[in-house]
Amino acid sequence: MADNAKYVTLTDANFQDEVLNSDQPVLVDFWAAWCGPCRAIAPTIEELASDYEGKAKIAKMDVDNNQQIPMQFGIRSIPTLLFFKDGRIVDQAIGVVQKRELAAKLDALASQAA
Amino acid sequence: MNTNGTPDLSAFDGIDFDEAERRNVVIIGTGPAGLTAALYAARANLEPLVFEGTQPGGQLVTTTDVENYPGYADGVLGPEMMEDFRKQAERFGTDLRHGSVTAVDFSERPFRLMVDHETPILADTVIISTGASAKYLGLKNEQRLLGRGVSACATCDGAFFRDEHLAIVGGGDTAMEEALFLTRFAKKVSVLHRRDTLRASQIMQERAFANDTIEFLWNTVVEDVLGENAVEGLKIKNVETGETSTLDVTGFFVAIGHQPNTELFKGWLDMDETGYIQTLPDSTYTNIEGVFACGDAQDHVYRQAVTAAGTGCMAAIDAERWLAEHGAIDGVRTQTEYHAAPAEDSDGGMAVQG
Repeated sequence: MADNAKYVTLTDANFQDEVLNSDQPVLVDFWAAWCGPCRAIAPTIEELASDYEGKAKIAKMDVDNNQQIPMQFGIRSIPTLLFFKDGRIVDQAIGVVQKRELAAKLDALASQAA
Repeated sequence: MNTNGTPDLSAFDGIDFDEAERRNVVIIGTGPAGLTAALYAARANLEPLVFEGTQPGGQLVTTTDVENYPGYADGVLGPEMMEDFRKQAERFGTDLRHGSVTAVDFSERPFRLMVDHETPILADTVIISTGASAKYLGLKNEQRLLGRGVSACATCDGAFFRDEHLAIVGGGDTAMEEALFLTRFAKKVSVLHRRDTLRASQIMQERAFANDTIEFLWNTVVEDVLGENAVEGLKIKNVETGETSTLDVTGFFVAIGHQPNTELFKGWLDMDETGYIQTLPDSTYTNIEGVFACGDAQDHVYRQAVTAAGTGCMAAIDAERWLAEHGAIDGVRTQTEYHAAPAEDSDGGMAVQG
């Protein structure tokens, strides 16, 4: 885990507060340590966390340590990236996705933010 | 063989290359081929610049045990092995960066490259090691249910299917490896294969046949994936009898082989009809001077980590010799110990596995 991480580390316990009750759009990366593609996308997630500081919340949830939320959202593949706004899923991406594709989705959400 | 149409240069419109970084060697891809090319190019003082691409470490990062890479007497995990490759390449000064090359212009030297659609790079030589990616069947509902029970990565997703009945399609080593891996979680794994014999190696076949959790459905093809929001079953067909039926599974894993990641080079490089880059015999030379190809992007026959590494080594040596002949950037030494004392550099081993 990077020092000074700008992304939020999610747990089953703080998910409601950090994601569903968030004022900002939230990107949640469901990942696990043993998943190669998750490692591949990790630097992108960290970059997005810096790039979107103040505009969108970038969060990561380890599916090994937290099972309730991944099950609730029907996560069947990692990495799965879910985009939340006003407590609802508004977009998603599965697998290793290019940074600009994720940035475009975040831009779309951040621009409509109230 | 033709070069599949005319290259599209629109990605270069309005991009200023006057201030662009210029490098001796740019390596595209970081599987065994790319990182071995990087190791050799770095040791030759060519200061290679390497772009990781969309899957750093390549296909091996989604595998489990690698038991056939020489030197690892007890086997090694795929992701760990690629970590070792990366460290070894970096030890000699490889400049490894995140990002993907998204456009190339091979019309003149230095070659022009675009990284992540925005950063221009000039390259005196390019080594292509973009590898291959898992293929899907191309069924109507396959992509729609991707991540909802459809997966091309058993090692990533298997754990989400505890005590469930899963299907995997394919008959090669990858399919057997993934089927065996899935038995750790699934209550039953059905292997669907369109023929009545497997392509997999003897040892993998024996392991799969010996596993009680795995059943084989021979002469069977998948016609569609069923389910609204998640996989609920497969429509399958027996190609011998023509009979169709539904297989009640909640997970569908695809392991039917790979396609080369060479879309980027269409119109520039000679390829075979399935997109594998054609290289000159006994070399990594492509039809464009100064552009070299190695690993799975140009190999549809062996496709092993060790053969990829072997051709990666060849590509670096080819690029180095080519630069020595045609001139590299001022101030960078291209005459190295290879030329002075080739016998000393035997640590790469044999380039081709039999």
